[in-house]
Parts: sequence; C-alpha cells; structure tokens
Amino acid sequence: MGFYVAQLLTGLANASSLFLIACGLSIIFGVTRIVNFAHGSFYMVGAYLAYTIVTTLDGGIFGFWFGVVVAAVIVGLLGLLVEVTILRRIYHAPELFQLVATFGVVLIIQDAALAIWGAEDLLGPRAPGLDRAVRIMGEPIPEYDLALILIGPLVLAGIWLVFHRTRWGVLVRAATQDREMVGALGVNQAWLFSAAFVLGAALAGLGGALQIPREAVSLQMDLSVIGDAFVVVVIGGMGSVAGAFVAAVLISVLNAFAILIFPQISIVLPFIVMAIVLIVRPYGLFGKEGSEHGAPSEPEQPLRLLSSRATIVVMALVFALAASPAVVSDFTTILLVDVMVATLFAVSLHFMMGLGGMVSFGHAAYFGVGAYAAAMAVKFAGLPMIPAMLIGPLGAAAAALFFGWFCVRLSGVYLAMLTLAAAQILWGVTFQWQDFTGGDDGILGVWPAKWASSDRVYFYIAFVLCVGGIWFLRRVAHSPFGYGLRGIRDSDVRAEAIGMDVKFHQWMGFALAGGFAGLAGVVFAFSKGSVFPDVLGIGQSVDGLIMVLLGGIHALAGPIFGAGVFVLIEDWVSRLDYWRFIFGAIILVVVLLAPDGVAGGVDRLLRAVGLRREERA
Amino acid sequence: MLEVKDLTARYGRAQILNGVSLKVGENEVVALLGRNGAGKTTTMKCIMGLVDQKTGEITYDGQSLMRKAPHMICRAGIGYVPEERRIFPDLTVLENLEVGRRPRREGAPEWQLEHLFELFPNLAERQGNLGKQLSGGEQQMLTIARTLMGNPKVVLLDEPSEGIAPVIVEQMARVIKELKAEGLSVLLSEQNLHFARAVSDRACIIEKGTLRYEGGFDDLDAHPEISQKYLAV
Repeated sequence: MGFYVAQLLTGLANASSLFLIACGLSIIFGVTRIVNFAHGSFYMVGAYLAYTIVTTLDGGIFGFWFGVVVAAVIVGLLGLLVEVTILRRIYHAPELFQLVATFGVVLIIQDAALAIWGAEDLLGPRAPGLDRAVRIMGEPIPEYDLALILIGPLVLAGIWLVFHRTRWGVLVRAATQDREMVGALGVNQAWLFSAAFVLGAALAGLGGALQIPREAVSLQMDLSVIGDAFVVVVIGGMGSVAGAFVAAVLISVLNAFAILIFPQISIVLPFIVMAIVLIVRPYGLFGKEGSEHGAPSEPEQPLRLLSSRATIVVMALVFALAASPAVVSDFTTILLVDVMVATLFAVSLHFMMGLGGMVSFGHAAYFGVGAYAAAMAVKFAGLPMIPAMLIGPLGAAAAALFFGWFCVRLSGVYLAMLTLAAAQILWGVTFQWQDFTGGDDGILGVWPAKWASSDRVYFYIAFVLCVGGIWFLRRVAHSPFGYGLRGIRDSDVRAEAIGMDVKFHQWMGFALAGGFAGLAGVVFAFSKGSVFPDVLGIGQSVDGLIMVLLGGIHALAGPIFGAGVFVLIEDWVSRLDYWRFIFGAIILVVVLLAPDGVAGGVDRLLRAVGLRREERA
Repeated sequence: MLEVKDLTARYGRAQILNGVSLKVGENEVVALLGRNGAGKTTTMKCIMGLVDQKTGEITYDGQSLMRKAPHMICRAGIGYVPEERRIFPDLTVLENLEVGRRPRREGAPEWQLEHLFELFPNLAERQGNLGKQLSGGEQQMLTIARTLMGNPKVVLLDEPSEGIAPVIVEQMARVIKELKAEGLSVLLSEQNLHFARAVSDRACIIEKGTLRYEGGFDDLDAHPEISQKYLAV
C-alpha cells in the first residue's frame, strides 16, 4: 500500500512541474493564438539561470528561493524581448509562420545556452531545508517533492485570482474570446499580448528553475519537455489553465502507475492519452469549440496552371537536373539526391497543409514508416530493392490511413497535435522495440541492388521516383480530387452542403500525402544505407515545416524552392560552429522579411522585372 | 463632428464601398439605411478602424481616423456596438461591462453602473450570469451597456433591432432617445424604416456601397419611390 502511495506522490510532484510549464503555454496560446515552440527554451533558460544564481549566491534557504524567483523574472523579460522584436510583427501571418519563427528562437537560444553554460550537464544544488526524505507509510518521499505538490495548486490558485479578480485578468480572458472586440472597446491589444507572453514565459522559467534540485540542467531540456507540454495543453483544452492542471495530473499519475506494469511506456503514454481524449472530446477536456484555430489568415488565392513560358522554365530545370550527374562531382550528385528527397517530402507535406488545410506537426511519421518498411523488407524478408521500394510507400500509406482516420475528425491546432502524437507513438515504438526495429542502433546495410549501387545510377532512380512523385501530386492538385480538397479547406460546411463527403475526402488526402512521404523515405533509406529512429522524430517533422514555410505555403512551387534552399543552407551551415544560431537567425530573417516565403519573394522579383504581369482585382 | 468623405473599402478583391460620404453632427441621431449587403456594417467598421483596405477620409473633431488602431479610435470617444453583438460568452455580465470601462471624458456624459442598470433593468438582475446564458435581447442590451461604459461621445449602433422581440425593439427605441437626451450623437444602421424614423433626426440611404439619399424623413416620405427603390419596404 505504502508503495502505491509513494508512486502517487511522485506522480503528483511530476504533475506540478508539468503544469507550471504547460499553463504558460496555454495562456500564451489563449491570448495570442501562437503555438510557442520556444516555450521549452524558456523552461531551459529558467533552469540554467536558477543554477547560476543559486550556486553563485550560495545563500541557504533564502538564496535558493530568491534565485528561483529572479530566474523566472529574467525569463519573463526574455519573453518580452522575443515578443516585441519578433512575434509582434507576425501576429497576422499564417499560424505556421509563427510556429517556425518560434522554432528559430529555439535554435538561437540553444546555441546561446551552449555558449554561456557549455555542453556539460550541470548538477544543481538540493533545495536547502528540503533536502531530506520523510517516511510516509514506510516509504521515503523527498521533501522537495512534497513542496512541489503544494506549489502546483498554489500557482493555479494565483493565476485564477489574477484572471478573475483583476481588471487585467478580465481583459485577458475577454481577449481569448474575441480579440478584435477588445480592441474596439479601447484596450491596446499589443500590450495585452506582451503582458500575457511575459507571464507565460515567466511561468515556464519558474518551472525550469524549480526543476534544478530534481534533474541535471542540460541542453536537451527544451525539446524534451515541449512535446509533453503541448500534450498537456491539448488534453486540457487550448487556452484553459484549469484544464492544463487536470491534464498534468492525469498524465503524471497514469504514468507513475503505468510504468509499474510496462516500464517502456512513459515515452508514448502522454500521446496515447491525448489521442484517446481528442477522439472523445475534440476540443480537449476544458476546451471550447472554436478554440482550435490560430490567428485568422488571409483567404487562399486560387491556384493557376503554369503559363506556357513558366512550363518551359520548369522543363528546362528538370532537364538540367537530369543531365547534372554528367557535369558535377559525385559529392554534388549525392547532395542532389538529398535535395530531391527533401523536395518530395516537402511537397507531400504541402499537399496536405496547403491544399488540404490539414496542418501536420508529425509528417515525419510517414517518411519514417516508408524508410523502415523498406529497410525491414530488405533485412528481414530478404526482398530485393524494387519490391522493397514498393512496400515502403504502401506501408506509409497504410499507417497514414490508420492515423488519418482519427486525425481528420479534428481540425486546426488539435489536428496538428494529434499528428504529432501519432508520430511520437511511432517513434516511441521504433525506439523501444529493439528486437524488431533495432531500436537506437537502427537498421544498417540497406543498400541498393548491385546494378543500382553507383551514385550515378542511384541518382536516376531517385530522379524518376522523386520527380515522378512531385509531378503526380501536382497533377492531383489540379484534378477534381484536388479541387475538392481545396474546397473543403476554404469552407468545409459549404463543401458538405454540396454533397461532398468531407471526412472521407480529407482522409484520402491524408493517406496520399503519407504515401508519398513514405516514397521519399524509401529513397532516403537506400541512399544512406541505414535508418535510425530520428527519421520519425520531431526534428524531421519540423524540417519539413520549415521547408514548406521557407518556400511559402500559398504557392504550389513553394516547397520545391523551400526544400532546395533548406538542404543547401543546412549543408553549408552545419559545418560551422554554432550553426543552430545561424540557422535560427536565417529562419527569423526570412519570416520577418519575406512573410510569403522564397517562392513569394521570387514571384515579387519576377513582377518587379516585368516577367510576370500584375494581378488586377 | 464625425465626418466620412469619399470612403471606399474592400475585402480582398471584393469592393464594398464606392465613395460614401456622410456626417453626424453634435447630439444628432443619423440613420444609415440600406438593404442587406448595402455596406452599412462596412461603413461602421471603417470608422472603427476594423477594415484595413480603405481610402477616403474619416475625421472626428477635426482629426483623421484613417490610420488609427481601433483602440485609439475608441479612446478618441467613439463607441461601437456591433451587429453580431459579440459579447464575451464566458465572462459574466459585470465582467463584460468591466472590459468596456474607460475613464471619464471631457464633454461626454459619464455612465455609472446604477444608471445603466436603470436603463437596462434586465441586466441588473443578471449581473452574475455568463454572457452566453443571456437571451438575444439581453445580449443586445449588454453590448450597448458595455459600449456606454467607455463614456463615448458618438455611438455607432449596428442594426440594434435585428432579430429581437418586438417588445425589446420598443425598449431599444427608448434607449436611443435616452442617449440623445444625454447629449450623445448616434450613427444608427437600420433596415427598418419605421424604427429609424421613430428615433432619428436624419436619414442616409446607401445601396451597393454608394450613397443614394441624404436628408430628412419628411422629404423621404414625400418621395416614396426612393425608399421603394433602395429599401425593402
């Protein structure tokens, strides 16, 4: 009995930590409608700052708590800096832009932390006065855990009081319901947003600072916590602080007991809980209908077929690509295969997001399933390359059919989060299931057939598959099926009213996008000769998002530019020290200067030099 | 005091207003009449700074409102009561009023809670209820009360009689007369000619984003073909 109470208390202590970071995220989303990827970075910086302040002061009980609070305040100021310099300029941009911009902040903070605090993990001090364990029903419970169990509800009560008993709180709640109206009633939204962002950032900093007696401070803290924090916010309902608390308790306590039965489950458990909750309650436990959408964006422009001149340019580029192995070095040939893989991946993601209106934070799942299915077909079934290349996309499409069935029942941010959950579940299974997938060691020796083993021959295989895939998806975009997808994106109600089976249509679009992401994964696997769980990870999904965004989501050609630019920049930058910082800065520059992406920028350039005529209303 | 000159506005490629001019004088109630889609709401949104793509000139007390943010326009003394009401559904009646509260302004009447509750007795009874628990008529009253909490000098009232019970429409008419008695100016958009006539000093009729008539109700009655042509009567 005592053992189970101890597990429960550990779960509740974890719940408090999780709640502190998630509630700030929820507040920020509720008011500004920004999905803040950098929230994990605020958490990490809070931990580092608290470590530095507490160890420098070395001032006993007072020094510890003073350090924790000061760290939270400084992180709040950091949040203000980010809000005023970056986010304030892009509140009206599509939500994906905001997401990528905050990811740019993640990269910059990561390298800044590396420069300031170094790569070594820092073991924090214990909390003075709370550094022992007390026995409860015979089991030792750390005193600090008990303090955390108290702090979580105290913070919840404090936030509740601020939101219900102060004018500022009432304005914030009003703004989560109708921002424009709050502005029309004389409230300066800009400052309201800044204040909400500062509060959210400070709470994340507090969460990180309070974590130092419990775990080592490391550079991995940011992305390791952000997935769980997202899940908590989504389960609770975007924008609901009380919901975040309930969800944090639910996940942490479930986890504390589930690991007794199935130790490996903690990686995927939050995502499984989220998937179940979202299927039963599509807006989360305490969320409201309509809470799933980010900032309203401009209506989409219709897609046009290429003009004959543009077709000639595109054909010329394709022929140049086809002829390139004869001219360029082997190294460049390999790099071009990477570009083609990335392009097909980005085009399939764009097909889903730009045409289908379904934002995916977990598109890597299908890329990875394709890669793994092909690799396992070669390694375990002993199949030759060509049949394995068939199995990959089919496996990916099957996975997309399975997860897509759940995902298309949701919309907006909730859909995006469920795609992330699906990807994390697949990643977790791949990572854990050592015997079947090789786990962390991956699957090695996935080489092309002998006749295709030269770089040049493989280039042409990749060329046929990738360019063919891109052509096919483009063809579908201009087919009646594509019209249907775009119609649903623009107004699902109207599409339904004219007799379209909206969910089925989206489901098929999801599966098609997944299948082609799988094809990209297959080409990738055989070009590298191995697959690792990374191909299913958040990083790979975000890479895809960045490519689509760099290229511009509104243009069909966008992902092609985006993927090309992305791979070339990555290839160049990743050789440098502090490449994350540079890469993050590039992302921010693009987002702030060319909010319509590289393709939009090229488009404007063409107009400026008169190659394309101005559209008139 | 509020003057709109050659106002054009569009949403993306759809041109909504093609040069609307009108004036609202000190302590005057002006009815903006027109059918659905004529451009009444867009005119109001333009004045309130809620439409970006607009040209022309909007001045209030001699200063231009064209490039001001909505909150600055509100602070200048213009209150907006939107057609869709847009109360905050998960805030109580009192909290809804709190959002609208602004400091007192020179030359404008100051509205205290007690005064508003006299004007809207239903709201007094429902202070602690959430916005979404109110009936349509009560929500309409709450929107007006919320705007009055900002102590405006001009009120833009967008179709206050739409979709509410006749008995409450009568109450709305009383409210508008009370606003005038307190010294406010009102720009009232309406489809209902009888309601507008009962409360307004002058009428403007717009159709397809263009001003078709401006003048008194007597002239309008003398030329029934105008209302026949541009209004649904």
